[in-house]
Amino acid sequence: MSNPLRIFVPVKRVIDFAVKVRVNPAKTDVDRNVKHSMNPFDEIAVEEAVRIKEKAPKTEVVAISCGSAKAQETLRTALAMGADRAVHVEVKDDSTLQPLAVAKLLEAYTKKEENKPDLFILGKQAIDDDSNQTGQMLAGLLNLPQTTFASKLEIENQSLKVTREIDGGLETIKTSMPAIVTTDLRLNEPRYASLPNIMKAKKKPLVKITPEDLGVDISPRIQTLKVEEPPKREGGRKVESVDELLDKLKNEAKNFQNT
Amino acid sequence: MLANTARTFVKARPLFAQRFYATGAGANTLLIVEHKDGAITGATLNALTAASKLGGSVTALVAGGDDAIAQSIAKYTGVSKVLTASDAAYSKNLPEDLAPLLVEVTKSNNFTHVFAGHTAVGKNVLPRVAALLDVAAVSDITGVESEDTFVRPIYAGNAIATVKSNDNVKIVTVRGTAFEAAQESGNNAAVEAAPEVAKSGVTEWIGEEIQKSDRPDLGTANRVISGGRGMKNGDNFKLLYDMADKMGAAVGASRAAVDAGFVDNSLQVGQTGKIVAPELYVAVGISGAIQHLAGMKDSKTIVAINKDADAPIFQVADYGLVEDLFKAVPEITEKL
Repeated sequence: MSNPLRIFVPVKRVIDFAVKVRVNPAKTDVDRNVKHSMNPFDEIAVEEAVRIKEKAPKTEVVAISCGSAKAQETLRTALAMGADRAVHVEVKDDSTLQPLAVAKLLEAYTKKEENKPDLFILGKQAIDDDSNQTGQMLAGLLNLPQTTFASKLEIENQSLKVTREIDGGLETIKTSMPAIVTTDLRLNEPRYASLPNIMKAKKKPLVKITPEDLGVDISPRIQTLKVEEPPKREGGRKVESVDELLDKLKNEAKNFQNT
Repeated sequence: MLANTARTFVKARPLFAQRFYATGAGANTLLIVEHKDGAITGATLNALTAASKLGGSVTALVAGGDDAIAQSIAKYTGVSKVLTASDAAYSKNLPEDLAPLLVEVTKSNNFTHVFAGHTAVGKNVLPRVAALLDVAAVSDITGVESEDTFVRPIYAGNAIATVKSNDNVKIVTVRGTAFEAAQESGNNAAVEAAPEVAKSGVTEWIGEEIQKSDRPDLGTANRVISGGRGMKNGDNFKLLYDMADKMGAAVGASRAAVDAGFVDNSLQVGQTGKIVAPELYVAVGISGAIQHLAGMKDSKTIVAINKDADAPIFQVADYGLVEDLFKAVPEITEKL
């Protein structure tokens, strides 16, 4: 572990979580001409890194994003939240950029960087492709320990203690650093970037590199054959009373035949 | 003599290739058997059904378990062989040790597919395996179209993608609620030991806190009652527990209810929590945000109880009751 600590935080620009996405008429993708913002789990990752920095002020927090030119907006948001510098791996079309390719770009960048990170904090999943893969893949490629779905993270000297959200409850894991952590919703409450910090973020360093610079093949391994709307539910029927509700459940939906 | 053998080979090959392709018998699938406290996890049985749809053979791997689990999975229809790696190092599913084992087993048996449930364990381990094999992973599938083509929801279930993997090994996690659970039968698959693989030992499992409950498991229950922000506090969830006990239902919650500290996060239903698809889902005091709907909209019958007549939940509910939950829920419990 280096002293001071260095944390890499990969962030992704995605369609804003509040937007109701629509499938495009050609059924090849969703309509992307809508509001985008930083993936909510990545905001939690940036927040956690910045909180570690607030306790150990010499910590360096590096935000990295792989994507089109617009990914720079997301990197500026991370800088405004408190990251020190940003790295933009620019790809022409990020609609076909898949977790394995991103993990390889991050691996190649890490290997190239002289100043190695002690910790990677990623979101547990991006809310667009819902894959939940990149952090685990990066850990595999770099042969580092991984603690996914973290809801609590403690750094003690050379080691990391992480509480993870698992099916049915929580689990605690201790591991050495460097390590990969992916964030769950309950790790923290991300801060809003203040206006002065947004202004300051514009002056923070942001370097741009390409997959070619890193020698990584980003061609998709998975081909999307089609994208469709999910089947519509025929909802919207209202009942007047508890009695009517129970009657419908028993006699129409046949729900309580054994009760 | 040599020339003769070679000629036979050349002639035989296309025949083999043709037959394998036509029947789908080319698939050679490894199923990761997830287990806890001496029992096979439900999601594994759903994943077995999905794996069986590929045709071909399914080999089940039991890592870190006792013999009883291997004997038990051997009885299920569709399992052609069981591999065991009984080293206790695997019992906590630590990915740093489990992934190298899966890689070695996959390579040495030429598996074409690796399947597991899309559970906390499956999600944690399989992408690491994929990266080590340099292949893509396909998460949370809800349909199997063919050996290389799968269906999966994206954007919190607001779009359904059909995807084709071009890699030689397909690493797949399966959404449990999208497939029936496999059944036990008179099957009696052979049990063999998996190859030994060196352990890394870089991570240490410290402990766990599991929420104990007598009610059915949220992920597999036939009936689910969930509470949202409208419950106002954790104590009021007792109303839902009372109703759940009358109905034999599991209790879930929206993210708002979990974030507000009303209930434990293992109860969260939604895009980032549990995905459920019971016969009956009752949403109480839940507005129906996109992220919540992603976790329950495949339920057969949806009931919404909310005092706000304009809440989005009513658009997906088969039966909506516009009423104060504190009046409606006790009344339902009484009349059941």
